[in-house]
Amino acid sequence: MTADHDRNDEQTTGESADDHELRVSKIKNGTVIDHVRGGQALNVLAILGIDGGDREQVSVGINVPSDRLARKDIVKVEDRELSQDEVDVLSLIAPDATINIVRSYTVTSKHRVERPEQVEGVLTCPNATCITTEDEPVTSRFDVLDDGVRCAYCGTIVRESIADLIDSA
Amino acid sequence: MRHDHLITSKQLTRDAIERVLDRAAEIDADPDAVAGKHAGKLLGLLFFEPSTRTKMSFETAMKRLGGDVVDMGPIESSSVKKGETLADTVRVIEGYADALVVRHPKQGAATMASEFVDVPLLNAGDGAGHHPTQTLLDLYTIRQHAGLEDLSVGIMGDLKYGRTVHSLAYALSNFDVQQHFISPDSLTLPREVVYDLHQEGASVREHEQLEAVLDTLDVLYVTRIQRERFPDENEYQKVAGEYQIDLETLEDARADLTIMHPLPRVDEIDPAIDDTDHAAYFDQAHNGVPVRMALLDHFLGDPL
Repeated sequence: MTADHDRNDEQTTGESADDHELRVSKIKNGTVIDHVRGGQALNVLAILGIDGGDREQVSVGINVPSDRLARKDIVKVEDRELSQDEVDVLSLIAPDATINIVRSYTVTSKHRVERPEQVEGVLTCPNATCITTEDEPVTSRFDVLDDGVRCAYCGTIVRESIADLIDSA
Repeated sequence: MRHDHLITSKQLTRDAIERVLDRAAEIDADPDAVAGKHAGKLLGLLFFEPSTRTKMSFETAMKRLGGDVVDMGPIESSSVKKGETLADTVRVIEGYADALVVRHPKQGAATMASEFVDVPLLNAGDGAGHHPTQTLLDLYTIRQHAGLEDLSVGIMGDLKYGRTVHSLAYALSNFDVQQHFISPDSLTLPREVVYDLHQEGASVREHEQLEAVLDTLDVLYVTRIQRERFPDENEYQKVAGEYQIDLETLEDARADLTIMHPLPRVDEIDPAIDDTDHAAYFDQAHNGVPVRMALLDHFLGDPL
């Protein structure tokens, strides 16, 4: 993987940075979601069901400078390692994101998200005439396209504001 | 065809379509050869929306094959009125029938219903979504009247909500057909359908006026613009009036133009056209029987 020189990425790249440049503190154990598209961090929290109601410690950087994305968001969640399902959904709104698993202040694994072929049960179809909006025992299912998602039942394609369709949002 | 259900014309290959049409032509030529072939079999009819042609032609097709139908009847007198889900309804009726035909007002209803049953399920219309059996009888009619090679087909009217239009467009993308879509700006093809047609490499053009393409067309498929799609009666009258055809309209058309309509029509096609060689819409309606006989024959145990 190409080394990244973002100033706020010191935990994931191992680079040191002057304290006055640090905008997001290091975590001991948990997940760092890096290279989230600028402005999407709050949607990432929504996907993860983080609303401040639990005792989870979360650090968020919004619109911080990034070489790769110009502006990026970064989310650090203490004491939680993301499941593959959570990563799959994250990929829909943060296709460039990097998932870093941190243990004892050390990044033990680092990988880019991969868009799944399909996501089930996480998005609500925006088409009011879709059968999935009825009181039927059906789980929503969306095919993931290069530039959006498509309801497997009614065929509606959504390219923008996908985060608005997330059940927990 | 390898599929257990018939949900959308998108699932149909050119080869599968041609096999259905060939079987339908055989049946059309000699219906006695299949009379009684499916005696003792029952077809479940679940129409959650009104239907005349589709329902009656399925019933006729099943009876001509020697079978019979069990009909859920109007939803006002069914358990649906008590709040039963579609998923439960199809699971109950599959216990009574060898195959199911479902029409429902919600898009994707047939897809969902098919996930709950083991018997073959045929989509007879799901909201603004798909109507694949209508498409097959449309193709059968086009093949009868104009052939299915090197064609220019115009599809006019309510392209946004018309499920027969969406299904036909998908199926035509399997053939060497230039598709022209003619509609008011407010009723153009859904972007999803245009996206799919482009993905399939179909030749697609959209127009607001029939005059722009009329003299190039081999087939003109007219659909009804529904009054309820317009909040304002005057706007409806104005728009609908621009998409009606009469003998004067056809002065610019080719002599061998085939005119089709899934019916019912209101005033989109002047009755004076009925007696011309252009009119194929009653043939089209009649073709529902041999085409649905071919499909039922396939799904009830004699695969194409």
